[in-house]
Amino acid sequence: MSTAPPVIDIQNLRTYFHTEEGTVRAVNDVSFRVERGHTLGIVGESGSGKSVTSLSIMQLLATSAEIESGSISFLGKDLVRLPEPEMRDIRGKDISMIFQEPMTSLNPVFTVGDQVAEAIVLHQKTSKDEARKKTVDLFREVGIPEPELRVDYYPHQMSGGQKQRVMIAMALSCNPQLLIADEPTTALDVTIQSQILDILRRLRDTRGMSILFITHDLGVIAEIADDVLVMYRGKMVEYGDVLQIFENPQHPYTKGLLACRPRLDTKYRLLPTVSDFMESEPIETPDGPDVKIIEKKLDDVRLQQLMTHGRGRLLHPRDELAAMGHPWEEGHHSPDSTMVPDDAKPLLEVKDLEVHFPVRKGVFSRVVDHVKAVDGVSFNVYRGQTLGLVGESGCGKTTTGRAILRLVNATGGHVLYEGRDVFALRGGEMRAMRRNMQIIFQDPYGSLNPRMTIESTLTEPMVIHNLAKSKAERRDKAAALLEEVDLKPEHLRRYPHEFSGGQRQRISIARALAVEPDFIICDESVSALDVSVQAQVLNLLKKLQEDRGLTYIFISHDLSVVKFMADMMAVMNAGKIVEFGPSDNIYAVPKEDYTRKLINATPRDSLEHIRALQEQRAKLRSGT
Amino acid sequence: MIHYFIRRLFVGAITLVLITFLVYALIRMMPGTPLTIVQAVGDPSMQMSEADQKRLEKAYGLDKPWPLGYLDWASKVARFDLGNSLSRKEPVVRLIGRRIGPTLLLTVSSLVLTYVLSIPLGLWSTARSNTIAERTVSMLLYMLYSLPSFVAALYLQILFAVKLEWLPLRGMKSIDYADLSAMGQAWDIFLHALLPVICFTYGSLAYYSRFIKSNMQEVIRQDYIRTAKAKGLTERSILVKHAFRNTLIPLVTLVGLTLPSLLSGAIILEMIFSWPGMGTLFFEALNERDYPTIMGLTLMFSVLTLAGQLLADMLYSVVDPRVTYS
Repeated sequence: MSTAPPVIDIQNLRTYFHTEEGTVRAVNDVSFRVERGHTLGIVGESGSGKSVTSLSIMQLLATSAEIESGSISFLGKDLVRLPEPEMRDIRGKDISMIFQEPMTSLNPVFTVGDQVAEAIVLHQKTSKDEARKKTVDLFREVGIPEPELRVDYYPHQMSGGQKQRVMIAMALSCNPQLLIADEPTTALDVTIQSQILDILRRLRDTRGMSILFITHDLGVIAEIADDVLVMYRGKMVEYGDVLQIFENPQHPYTKGLLACRPRLDTKYRLLPTVSDFMESEPIETPDGPDVKIIEKKLDDVRLQQLMTHGRGRLLHPRDELAAMGHPWEEGHHSPDSTMVPDDAKPLLEVKDLEVHFPVRKGVFSRVVDHVKAVDGVSFNVYRGQTLGLVGESGCGKTTTGRAILRLVNATGGHVLYEGRDVFALRGGEMRAMRRNMQIIFQDPYGSLNPRMTIESTLTEPMVIHNLAKSKAERRDKAAALLEEVDLKPEHLRRYPHEFSGGQRQRISIARALAVEPDFIICDESVSALDVSVQAQVLNLLKKLQEDRGLTYIFISHDLSVVKFMADMMAVMNAGKIVEFGPSDNIYAVPKEDYTRKLINATPRDSLEHIRALQEQRAKLRSGT
Repeated sequence: MIHYFIRRLFVGAITLVLITFLVYALIRMMPGTPLTIVQAVGDPSMQMSEADQKRLEKAYGLDKPWPLGYLDWASKVARFDLGNSLSRKEPVVRLIGRRIGPTLLLTVSSLVLTYVLSIPLGLWSTARSNTIAERTVSMLLYMLYSLPSFVAALYLQILFAVKLEWLPLRGMKSIDYADLSAMGQAWDIFLHALLPVICFTYGSLAYYSRFIKSNMQEVIRQDYIRTAKAKGLTERSILVKHAFRNTLIPLVTLVGLTLPSLLSGAIILEMIFSWPGMGTLFFEALNERDYPTIMGLTLMFSVLTLAGQLLADMLYSVVDPRVTYS
């Protein structure tokens, strides 16, 4: 770290929430500084206090939150004690902010140009025409195509990535000294994410701006940060140079976070979790309850177990492999791969699946066109396999999953389950079929009925499919299911809101298992979870597959998660499968440009990559 | 947009036929006809002979089964003729024309007053949310909202017309109205209209300001309000510009829905104040089983209701850029 005066210098910041249940110490003694032109990445999981830290700087805290002590010095001014009118002058001018949700962060009833120009008129006292001209220039700078046209667009007319560019343009409009980016790429596709990161890096280096980059994703941190601050339950547990943190993490939590991300090149069959590195024990302190962290060592036995537990990849039969250009030859497949026997019948056959949504026009709503959400998708899944469907938002992966289960109606093609045509089944037959096929959704908050106890959620499918004789038997079964997903039988009487996101997703898994299915579609089932929780749920899914002989279709936008989970992988784009093959091969030797693009856009946190980025910057600096 | 408009008009026409058909069926099934009602209230010594009754039934078209009666009425309407009132012996159109002015005077001034007062009130109570002043005002408004306007009307009449004698008790014009100057006439009507307008307004004032406040509170929790704050805007411009513009969207639906009530007036209030408006007319027509007048009014209210909804949907696309009809 250099000795130049920092742009922002935070000392012993404590921000507490005073709620009816007591005081929540959201930010508990955090200190850091950001120098000019530098980027500090703050990493932590939901509830770690990273966003509250940034809102404390902006003085935009909710009314229930209060800065108890500490100082936030911005270019020598203490923001904590600054009167509101002066703080307003700083907001949007000297410090600006971009948020996680580009979809909802722009006012839907004003044009995007107006919203950016508003900040320019406010802080630079320019005329409206001048502000508009500046907005067009900014749009060009952040890479919005046809900026003269787009300034007059409303937010809903733009894609998520473009909206985030508008947010960046707005944040940059007054040439701020400090940019706070709160999960700015979390809601975006990886290819868009890598473009946004590029823009932020370029603007930082050309404008000498400092960035406070908040994220839960260590991969993104590696792509952009100079220094890293790791937060855990409101406290800073590690703070240092990015290379040092990735190379030699000190705190067990940092070690756990680094290890539990499924990397594209991981050798593990099960993921290490934070609990492999530390245990936390509740203790009483003078300030109230707290936790004590006890470091654990990931011993060799456990490490061995993570790499060898369970099975390796289970690939399609020989002739199908050959047909897709991955013949069973020496050295072509990863060594722990096995094949489905040649005479095996697929559990699920999807043939030329089409889901076209009509576009209607005119007085009589004539169908003038179709949106081809799924456009001729075919693949087989064999018993016990995991097939990964990966692609960016809108590629048709979710619609494919739903069409297989007839949750949306297919407009063409067939789905055969054990040779039976699913689309030809009628009412009762289809209901019986649903016992075999289940789905786990993405949103652990929206997919459980908030007014049903966990017991009724879990036993309802048993009643429908007549799987138990008595209420007592159903309850026993439900209790056993909860234990299977590492929850406790006493949770049966509770309601969904009493659980965390990860626990709810376990309940969703238990609900899917309640009818003892053979086949489960996991539709972005871990995408809403923190990385450490994601690792636990992925391990759980693998364990259940092994115990129950389940077959999965695993749908995700995250290539590294799909690669970790899936034996075979289908890369989708614009309603079609662009590449299909064994996951390891697709990652190692992608055949299609689109697949390569996806792989390249996935954030990398290898030390070589971080070093390369640093060298690039050093060169750029000495050049200018 | 134009396709959508045409489709809506088409669907609206069908809806109109269904509504008028149902209403016609219902009123024809009510006990009593215009003839029997007249006899029931009339002098018992002047009863009509059986032959006269038959003759009149034929003249009024009451001898035919009611579906045919509906067809008669509908075919007249198609020729822009609402027919003649049975009890008042004059065209329904002229009858309505005479009553529409007084009702509009009440409803329009009440609507304008409601908007002019409730919007600032709603914004103020959002900005001052949970302060003692705001809670007091909200509670008072809520109490007013739960007080029926016909009860309030009676109390106001007792206080201002009977006890204090500041305002006239009822009617729209004084007896000496014709002798007054133009200014004097206007002032006379103003005094007469004051109490009815207050009674018309206070309930909806409470409703609208609460509606605006609850919508505003929903809006200020949105992410884009946080963006506006991070931009450095003042609390005031965030509230008035960014938040209220979004609250307009649900407010527009209400505007469409109030359109029919502008002309229908309020039966009870008009009766209490003896206001010569549409509400009174509707009530009298129902009592007299004056089928053409009832149907004429029904048709007008239905058209207005449908037009109001169409208007609301059109305004929607004006205030919300996300809504387009194509």
